[in-house]
Amino acid sequence: MTLSLEEKRNLLEGMLMIRRFDERAATLVDEGEVTGEVHQYIGQEAVAVGISSVIRKDDAITSNHRGHGHVLAKGGDVNLMMAELGGRTTGYCKGKGGSMHITSLDLGIYGTNGMVGQGVPIALGAAFANNFKGNDNVTITYFGEGASNEGAVHESMNMAAIWKLPLIFVCENNQYAVSFNAKDSTSVENIAERGKGYGIPSIVVDGMDVFAVREAAKEAVQRARNGEGPTLIECKTYRYFGHFAGEPHVLKKPYRTDEEIESHRQNDPIERLKRHLVEEGVDEVEFAEMEAKVHEIIEDGVVFMKESPRPTLEAALEDAYAVEHKTMPVKGWA
Amino acid sequence: MAKIRYIQAVEAAMREEMDRDPNVFVMGLDVEAGMSGTTVGMVKDYGKKRVIDTPLSELGYTGLGVGAAMAGLRPIIENDINSLQYLTMEQLVNQAGKLRYMTGGQVNIPLTVRIVASGGGGGMAAQHSDSTYAQLIHMGMKVVVPATPYDAKGLIKQAIREDDPVVIYEPGACYGVRGEVPDEEYTIPLGEADIKHEGTDVTVVAVGHLVNEAVKVAKNLEKEGISVEVVDPRTLFPLDTDTILKSVEKTGHLVVVDDGYRFCSFASEVAAIVADEAFESLKAPIKRVTRPQVPVPYSKVIEMSVLPGKDQIQSTILSLIKQKQNG
Repeated sequence: MTLSLEEKRNLLEGMLMIRRFDERAATLVDEGEVTGEVHQYIGQEAVAVGISSVIRKDDAITSNHRGHGHVLAKGGDVNLMMAELGGRTTGYCKGKGGSMHITSLDLGIYGTNGMVGQGVPIALGAAFANNFKGNDNVTITYFGEGASNEGAVHESMNMAAIWKLPLIFVCENNQYAVSFNAKDSTSVENIAERGKGYGIPSIVVDGMDVFAVREAAKEAVQRARNGEGPTLIECKTYRYFGHFAGEPHVLKKPYRTDEEIESHRQNDPIERLKRHLVEEGVDEVEFAEMEAKVHEIIEDGVVFMKESPRPTLEAALEDAYAVEHKTMPVKGWA
Repeated sequence: MAKIRYIQAVEAAMREEMDRDPNVFVMGLDVEAGMSGTTVGMVKDYGKKRVIDTPLSELGYTGLGVGAAMAGLRPIIENDINSLQYLTMEQLVNQAGKLRYMTGGQVNIPLTVRIVASGGGGGMAAQHSDSTYAQLIHMGMKVVVPATPYDAKGLIKQAIREDDPVVIYEPGACYGVRGEVPDEEYTIPLGEADIKHEGTDVTVVAVGHLVNEAVKVAKNLEKEGISVEVVDPRTLFPLDTDTILKSVEKTGHLVVVDDGYRFCSFASEVAAIVADEAFESLKAPIKRVTRPQVPVPYSKVIEMSVLPGKDQIQSTILSLIKQKQNG
């Protein structure tokens, strides 16, 4: 481990930003500022931050419904994210995608994605394109253990392996596909076994330990840049809250006990890094300053969102096609 | 001007675009071996980097096409059986078809998907005999169904250049059709119909190989003094409604011919548009010639009995004309 104190502080700030962002996003749903739902990444922050700490801006990611953390870690702008959640024209997708579909090709974010497992073949395509162009960019695809049961994921693993594509499969095993426990849904204990089945070097890491994730990612990224093909990193992690923020309102019968959730919170990735930093001499004052800074950025984002315009009604019929022909757009009524 | 077969026009279109743009590549099942007959020898000329055999992973390689297109390449995905489309629907419709909109116009997806040998009649039974375009136009995908070598070459070239996903259906019944194709380069814009046979009594709007059948019928009926206008939309979405409406305003009679199943077919949509926008020009009810709502059977005699063709087109036209005469 050759991380400087400054780099470690950055990791902590990155995780804190994700946690506070998603806490705030949930309150914005309750306040009616954000329609639909948000899927909080809280508990899993070490994964996105650890991975992103070893990739470049011109490397690509694809993400899933629980994507705010991946986007923030890849350099996502809080203002533009908040504006997208609020359905404003200033958002990343002009308010047409929302929480589950934030995309920024400029940042290498080939989309978070509302359909489980379906960002994975898109990442395969991005990796294929890098290979085709002959550059050394890598692509990260984030998916959950639930998605590892999707055919698209298996097909992509096989193709990435046979063509030795610079693609890193990051499986965030948070143990639940909505309410369905991985033990009951999945034929193997470790998703990494599935990667091995396709001849992909695959490892299991503690996804609540940002250093462990980072080390695993470093090796995988190096291998991909060297043209040695894909890697699967299974990060054992846990989400503290429901599948989506409003889950308690609809859940008839809990699928997890409070004790279970609490046992994972004992292993909290942010607290673990804080303890480490305390040993290295960082004090509470610095943590408080960091919290204040993060809080300010997020609240500024909320203000930016609230002050941003909503789309005009005309916008509903725009952007579907790059090339509009004379009979387009086709309207639904006269 | 050379007379070539449809299948050669398809290959020529791809080769010309691959020569023109190094970002174009073709990918699919058995493309190296050229099983469809449209990629023969391509691997020798363009290398394995641009002519890529895929494993049997239709959903996955369609998604690959989406990602590669987002990254600036221009993939041509070949599905060598029409119904492979069903396996690709999530990536095709829900990703390729929506991501430009969902990202606020941020990403273009210049993906071309070719459905080789679409349609039935080959004795392949129900699971290999569909014409699956209605599914995609319902979802707003750009869809092209060329009937002639000239149209195939010009439209495929344009599809590859179009900055949106375009799906091309190449009816199996068209592959052997011969026709004139100019020596010089050309493309055909999407969304423009072509009148394949001029007439004044009845408008027939037909799709794909049924355009060629409708033209044969029009020539037959000419001898009997019945003047049939055959409109080939060529692109099913976006649809050149002007040409269709103008023709119906002239003839007052409409038969729509479509190799799809009856409910929610392309024929249904054309009928609805004409009923909406040219009701007063109509002198008789609109007639559709489609498949029935049953799968395509295997045994030859009943297979052909469910597939629309020349006889059904002719008898439907005659029934309309008879109404006209009786009226």
